[in-house]
Amino acid sequence: MSAPASAPPRTRSRHDLRLWVSLGAATLAWFALYRLNGPLWDWLIYDIAHLSGRLGDTVHFFFYDTVKILLLLAGIIFWVTILRSYVSIERTRALLGGRREGIGNVAAAGLGVITPFCSCSAVPVFIGFVSAGVPIGVTLSFLIAAPMVNEVALVLLYGMFGWQIALLYATTGLLIAIVAGYVLGHVRAERWIEPFVFETTVGEAAMGEGKMTFRDRVGLGREEVTRIVRKVLPYLLVGIGLGAIVHGWIPTEFFARVAGSGNPLAVPFAILLGIPLYSNAAGILPLVEALHAKGLAMGTLLAFMMAVVALSLPEMILLRWILKPQLIGIFIAVVAGGILIVGYVFNAIL
Amino acid sequence: MTVEIKVFGPGCDRCRQLAKNANEAVAELGIDAQVTEVHDVAEIASAGIMQTPGLMVDGKVVLTGRVPSVGQVKEILGANS
Repeated sequence: MSAPASAPPRTRSRHDLRLWVSLGAATLAWFALYRLNGPLWDWLIYDIAHLSGRLGDTVHFFFYDTVKILLLLAGIIFWVTILRSYVSIERTRALLGGRREGIGNVAAAGLGVITPFCSCSAVPVFIGFVSAGVPIGVTLSFLIAAPMVNEVALVLLYGMFGWQIALLYATTGLLIAIVAGYVLGHVRAERWIEPFVFETTVGEAAMGEGKMTFRDRVGLGREEVTRIVRKVLPYLLVGIGLGAIVHGWIPTEFFARVAGSGNPLAVPFAILLGIPLYSNAAGILPLVEALHAKGLAMGTLLAFMMAVVALSLPEMILLRWILKPQLIGIFIAVVAGGILIVGYVFNAIL
Repeated sequence: MTVEIKVFGPGCDRCRQLAKNANEAVAELGIDAQVTEVHDVAEIASAGIMQTPGLMVDGKVVLTGRVPSVGQVKEILGANS
């Protein structure tokens, strides 16, 4: 790049150059590690440690998958955080403000995917949206889509099962959020919302940082990687551990017999099992991958995963602050119903 | 004059971390400040905060949705006093 006369002071551009060089180096290192992950564990476990058979496979699965998922997670979270720092929840709310139901539900579900969101702030988001005039059903579409269809889930699905499954998951996840939000918008849900929500007057939208430099955004990306990886690591290790055991010790085709696509009870059972379980996409996917290899039908697995990430007990307890038990019950029933349909449809077509 | 610092959050890990960082920043700066934690969801929403944790200094929301380091809190407090 040639430096025009209006270039910023020299130290600054040199600083930026260094930033780009280190970003480039980190990206190269990432790809190298990703490529070496398989051969490295093949060599260490089969050739050096002389493990073989079930034990070898289990240990290999554990280490290979841990490294692979951590690499994928770090890479995605870093870049997505940088991209997302250009979008704010305040802007999303402003976009949804005047929307009518229908198109509003579609917009809310779509924005739920790209807006930075943590399920721990579901309650303030709900109050903030509703008090700003966003319809309740539209708000719920947002709150269903945000945790279910997120970048971590999509990239991991892509990494394990290919883009078709990732796309299928995204499309059906969005569809569930849109339809469930639309339905919940038509049950006169207002009567089941704690009155204080409507009495709360929301102050002027709090502004996050207005002007961040690219350097700040990179810093934010690094912070997020550390924070999220630290947070999901226990779930991830448990998930991979279970996956490794399934991978090594459960006979192939075992699940195909007991819970294959021919068993109509498999999907509802998977959903009932998934609701009280609390994990996230990163924790649940290694298990899903191993179960799939043992013949469990993809539709059943996707239904299980959706139930785990979209309907969690801790989130319901938080929502109880603002929603009466009746509405929470309907909310669970509608979302679970959507997931059930998705599970059956996939089992029929995949 | 005492600086009023409020940390908004329903009690998640990140909110506690922010409160801790804010207290440390106040101690390091040696200023006269009162750090309070706000857990009530209605109050959080009233302040216009949709992403927790949020940080308010003298009635003004200065940061939402992330946990600033002790150094960053010191910078914010320096800019607001």
